[in-house]
Amino acid sequence: MPPKPVTLSGVHFMNGDEAVAEGAIAAGCTFFAAYPITPQSEIAERMARRLPQIGGMFIQMEDELAAMAAVVGAAWGGVKAMTATSGPGFSLMMENLGLAIMTETPCVLANVQRGAPSTGLPTLVGQGDMMQARWGSHGHYEIIALAPASPQEAFDLTVKAFALSERFRVPVLVMTDEVVGHMYERVEIPEEVPIAPRRKPQVPPEEFLPYKPDEDLVPPMACAGEGYRIHVTGLTHDERGYPAMDAEAHDRLVRRLVEKILRYREEYTFWEEVGLEDAEVAIVSYGISARVAHGAMELARKKGLKVGLLRLITCWPFPDEIVRKVAEKVAGLVVVEINLGQIAREVERVACGRAPVVGVYHAGGRIHTPEEVLSGIEEVLKDAG
Amino acid sequence: MPGKPKEKAAPEFVPARHPMEKYLRTERLPHIWCAGCGLGTALSCFLFALDELGWDLDSVAVVSGIGCAGRVAGYVRLDSYHTTHGRALPFATGLKLAKPDLHVVVFSGDGDLFAIGGNHFIHAARRNIDMTVICVNNFNYGMTGGQLGPTTPLEARCTTAPYGNFEPPFNLVYLAASAGATYVARWTTLHARRLQHAMVEALSRKGFTFVEVISPCPTNYGRRNRLGEGLDEMRYYAEHAVIRHGADPKEADIVPGKDFLIGKFVDMEKLTYLEMYRAKVAQLKGKR
Ligand code: SF4
Repeated sequence: MPPKPVTLSGVHFMNGDEAVAEGAIAAGCTFFAAYPITPQSEIAERMARRLPQIGGMFIQMEDELAAMAAVVGAAWGGVKAMTATSGPGFSLMMENLGLAIMTETPCVLANVQRGAPSTGLPTLVGQGDMMQARWGSHGHYEIIALAPASPQEAFDLTVKAFALSERFRVPVLVMTDEVVGHMYERVEIPEEVPIAPRRKPQVPPEEFLPYKPDEDLVPPMACAGEGYRIHVTGLTHDERGYPAMDAEAHDRLVRRLVEKILRYREEYTFWEEVGLEDAEVAIVSYGISARVAHGAMELARKKGLKVGLLRLITCWPFPDEIVRKVAEKVAGLVVVEINLGQIAREVERVACGRAPVVGVYHAGGRIHTPEEVLSGIEEVLKDAG
Repeated sequence: MPGKPKEKAAPEFVPARHPMEKYLRTERLPHIWCAGCGLGTALSCFLFALDELGWDLDSVAVVSGIGCAGRVAGYVRLDSYHTTHGRALPFATGLKLAKPDLHVVVFSGDGDLFAIGGNHFIHAARRNIDMTVICVNNFNYGMTGGQLGPTTPLEARCTTAPYGNFEPPFNLVYLAASAGATYVARWTTLHARRLQHAMVEALSRKGFTFVEVISPCPTNYGRRNRLGEGLDEMRYYAEHAVIRHGADPKEADIVPGKDFLIGKFVDMEKLTYLEMYRAKVAQLKGKR
């Protein structure tokens, strides 16, 4: 067993990046591999300082391909492992993120989003990697992605991310952004953070089938050196973990990987509703944009407009039911995000004509102003007649 | 040689079982490798080496990348990881650092380790991560049909070098030695006993140790370059491989038709990544 890390507790003043690092340590993360990138650096720097103090392992790899690969390897070594990056590194990590999905490796990846495409705006905010979080690695899969709107939430959701990654044996993404990452706020760290257990085989090695799932579709995990001598491959495999090169085996495996996540939405779907009870317009937003949207909502209320806010905390799998219920009772929806309409596509899909959807978009480099959001609200009210 | 009738006398005795069967996932046999391929020999040598070392097999993990050599991980009855193309080394780095008492062995091919994975190789060697890398070098990409690789000699034919290769190849011995490997040896699949011995040495040394295995790929590289069958390549190795221990790695270039060096080039001690890390942690604790 890795040593129980010494965690901070009590009230601290820290930024969102540092809160991600502390959340990871509180959750029992003892391995962190990364490559330097703005605006993620504070996470890696904090981990480089903290992990050696608590018997953990920090390594700065040669690139993000290697960082993600090392995280997957470390998880098979039996520890809780994490990496953090921003857009360009996120692109490189997609390869081994796919390996983690296919081999059902629990791990956590934080993406501190910045302006993109390409090198884009290294020091300025963006939310343009949301679809990449969903579909960035090749093939069809489901992944869990959480979007914090504050340093406190960066801490809390990183803790949750570790628990969910163990529960479902899937990589979990913490989709934060440059503003949350660099914003200093009060972060309250509880005395005791429960460490999520790894599901272990219940049978002796001779009887163990490494990819035979339990009833909930998640198989127990035998790590290296535990005597199970299993084979793990990114190829399509059967319950023994051996390559199975046919369409039926592939369909069976990919469907299970998807189903094991989708069947348990209520376990990981988090959201916040503000003022939706009497709302005629609902703003749908997430991460830092949701905080601006909150300000815009108050502005609108002062003007006598009935506006509420649905803040998505879990962005993937997309919370269809939650958004549908809101879409059913309002006259219009306003989506606020720092890209040109990614989550908005999902909102439109789910709203499915029940209410008009207006996007308030910005390509990146700054957060919205409440006034911009307000004009979106006025526009949708016009659309709704 | 092409045109010449092939003598193919059936072997008198075909053992029903591989002597190292206890280390193999026999339920996965027959393997996918071609007749005359050197990969079986390289794997056998590795298993004999493990047997000689007598380690607790629960403490050994094999990590492979992608390609014909990458399939080794699928045949050994050990904790074995068949990862992504080129990423066996960073995966193995994570595995080793997370579980330092594991013996981590990376078994992969020249394209996987030195083209797509080349950057990881030099950094794993530079850091001196305690692991053994066995590279089966057959001078091309076998799995995908015989494309040009980072070790393909000048003028050799590959499907993606149809007029002859004009890219200078890597000398892997020199590369590994310059990047910081603490043990560097090269043998061919003809030199099975010496190869086994080199593997024993590499596995038992601490630090980043490297064994290059020159190996025939009769299906692709051999056929396209008219080298004959696997056996003909063995003859070629017998004629051209020159054993010279302690030779200058710089001189270990491989040029078709010319003699090439094999043997042990580097064997030294150096603090490993984990030793350095632990020393740093101890220093940190002392300061407090
Ligand atoms: S293609 Fe070449 S390397 Fe691959 S199994 Fe056949 S002979 Fe061996």
